[in-house]
Amino acid sequence: MADSNISAAMKAAVGTETSRSTSYPISESDIRKWAIAVYWPEKPPAVFTDPEAAAKTVHGRLVAPEEFNPFAWASAKNELLLTGGLPSRMVNDPDSSERALGIEGPGLKFMLNGGMICEYGVRMGVGDVITGTNSVGEYSEREGRLGLMLFSRGVSTWVNQNGEMVKRTTSTLIRY
Amino acid sequence: MTVKVGDEIPTFTRETGFANWNRYAAVNDEFVPIHMDDAAGEAAGNGGAFGMGNLQWAYLHNMLRSWIGENGEILSIEVQFRSPNVKGQTVTAKGVVTAVDGDVISLDVWTEQQEGTKLAPGSAKVKMGK
Repeated sequence: MADSNISAAMKAAVGTETSRSTSYPISESDIRKWAIAVYWPEKPPAVFTDPEAAAKTVHGRLVAPEEFNPFAWASAKNELLLTGGLPSRMVNDPDSSERALGIEGPGLKFMLNGGMICEYGVRMGVGDVITGTNSVGEYSEREGRLGLMLFSRGVSTWVNQNGEMVKRTTSTLIRY
Repeated sequence: MTVKVGDEIPTFTRETGFANWNRYAAVNDEFVPIHMDDAAGEAAGNGGAFGMGNLQWAYLHNMLRSWIGENGEILSIEVQFRSPNVKGQTVTAKGVVTAVDGDVISLDVWTEQQEGTKLAPGSAKVKMGK
């Protein structure tokens, strides 16, 4: 068994910005459809569907559910900041994150979603343009039931058109 | 409303299957075979297609939003995806208050299936709406 699967190149990559995307302006329809889907089959709260009801809240306008994704179908701009290409969620390659960074991965066979942490700032609302920047987070490892488990993190930071933080998400990938 | 440690908050429940997952896929462009196709889900070791972790995430947000009100704030939320949400399960999002520090309320939150098996356990911090 390897003493560690975290190479010097992987440690050096921590903090590297990998991609940046800018959304199209968020529309009322985007928010309505999202809310209908996540509350289905019951109706979503009026704050997500009715501008008059939303105007009476502290937000003063139609806001999106916190977990809304303005990048889902298309983005106004995508900047790839890597040489190796973006990792694809459709391909089951545990080394895809490192490959995208142009470095060698640990070569582990299995991976699973280790969960996520999200800190929220200001709400997203109609007309907002969101810029999301993805970067390489910390690596760590520990001995588990299935051997040495590698925990790698990706950090995604979203800001709005005023530079205000909307949310910061840290996702963990477990490989073994 | 006075909030204290140990309080259980109102739950959020949905019967789950393709009707929910396909709608979520449609808004999040999440047409991943394991969520759309029984054969792909079975090949991944889950006996069939299974729901998105992101939808469990949304159900936890729905529960918190309903409790804190339209003027409340979700400050942070953390979740691990432990068990797949398979077709026909009744999924319930639940939460219990673990700390109250000024106006910041900490909770343990999770989704569970109808037999009580936790699917996505985690924690959250919120502020109640005024």
